[in-house]
Amino acid sequence: MTRALIKAWPALAATAFALAIWQAIVTLSGVPRFILPAPALVAETWWTNRWVIAEHAWITAVEVFLGLGIGALVGVATAIQLATSRYARLLVQPVLVFTQALPVFALAPILTLWLGFGLSSKVLMCVLIVYFPVAASFLDGLLRTPPGYLDLARTMQARPGQVLWRIRVPAALPSLASGLRLAAVYAPIGAVIGEWVGASRGLGYLMLLANGRSKTDLMFAALLTLGVFSVLLHLGVRALTRRMVREEV
Amino acid sequence: MSQAPGITVKGRAEIGGARLFAPLTLELAPGAWTCLLGGSGVGKSTILRLVAGLETEAAFTGDISASDGGPVAPRVGYMAQDDLLLPWASVAQNIALGPRLRGDPTERDRLAGLMARVGLNEHAQKRPYALSGGQRQRVALARTLMEDKPVILLDEPFSALDARTRAEMQDLAVELLAGRTVLVVTHDPGEAARLGHSVQVMTPEGLTEVTPPKAAIPRGVDAQETLACQADLMRHLMALAA
Repeated sequence: MTRALIKAWPALAATAFALAIWQAIVTLSGVPRFILPAPALVAETWWTNRWVIAEHAWITAVEVFLGLGIGALVGVATAIQLATSRYARLLVQPVLVFTQALPVFALAPILTLWLGFGLSSKVLMCVLIVYFPVAASFLDGLLRTPPGYLDLARTMQARPGQVLWRIRVPAALPSLASGLRLAAVYAPIGAVIGEWVGASRGLGYLMLLANGRSKTDLMFAALLTLGVFSVLLHLGVRALTRRMVREEV
Repeated sequence: MSQAPGITVKGRAEIGGARLFAPLTLELAPGAWTCLLGGSGVGKSTILRLVAGLETEAAFTGDISASDGGPVAPRVGYMAQDDLLLPWASVAQNIALGPRLRGDPTERDRLAGLMARVGLNEHAQKRPYALSGGQRQRVALARTLMEDKPVILLDEPFSALDARTRAEMQDLAVELLAGRTVLVVTHDPGEAARLGHSVQVMTPEGLTEVTPPKAAIPRGVDAQETLACQADLMRHLMALAA
């Protein structure tokens, strides 16, 4: 714990410094609170609205976890499928790239139209945003198996299925890990965009609502919550995937 | 293991229309060690890969056959300079890689016996990164033996090891691979002088046979005749370079 504290202190100090500057600017310039609320006010608003924020944060978290989970699973399945079939690669890869050329943001209104204002449209947004980095990086790893391993497998009259599960997939896990880390950063973005386009719950919705009523302090409080959530999610995924990578050492 | 066959490689190879090696005939005597010595890029490893049935950059025209008329590639065990241990698998799992990759059950007794013979019993559950270079090559050797193939191809298997470990591994390999037809590709004249029942120096023009000492392999590292043979091979290599 103390070691973690020692490691984290520059970041903590920088944060404290930034907050101090922020507070000083607000106090000295006299900016109205609906333009830029002071950090102390944001903290106060956060505390008084903690249950409301928590409720909305919970919704966003559920969307993100579902989206991340489903997107990662589908991405992994796609990568394995494509890795084992040259035909599938020829057929699917261009489509895959094309879908990535479409900004997911542009799809949000359509998804909301199709799936409604509920959870599913946000989860699907997350899935779409998570899917590509996971599929692409894992596929890349699966296609870059060290050739020596494959030579060895060949001289052992290995079965392709066994080679896939015992050599190619484990050798590609570090690539999958980096895809998942990237996906964890993107996933909350997907959920929030979905909520902006049409929702009655979630942090994105709360931010829009607060903004519309000039409750800038509440907006900042929601934004901060989202930021903390995203950082925790990133750290969580990193901790999980670190084990995946460590096994490769 | 069935009776080890002799292997004959007869042919020539080109890379992109340019000659890699001229028509040559390489005979691996049954149950004996043949050392193929040569500089980098003369196609030593290509020959070895061709025998193993692996893909090569080169286009090979010719024939690779076994003295008993049977197939060659399926009866070949392969060991490279890079030990090719799977870093995520334990020592025991690495040794049993062949059966695992074929989906066959692992013969536990044979696995334990092999680990004992290469002196790795205490390390069975370790990951490769926890082993020294010599220990890693022992795992690779045990993995090769687990396959129990009559023909063994060694592609500079010990060249990354320090001198003493290399000599120890050569001794161990000769002991454990006895009775098999072995092809060693090497650029180390000392290794060829110690290990070859037959020593072939390879150049783009073809093969030159150099008569190794009469003594049984592995020949003493300090034996006068081994050193003389090493010097002789060195002269051959240097004459080629000139």
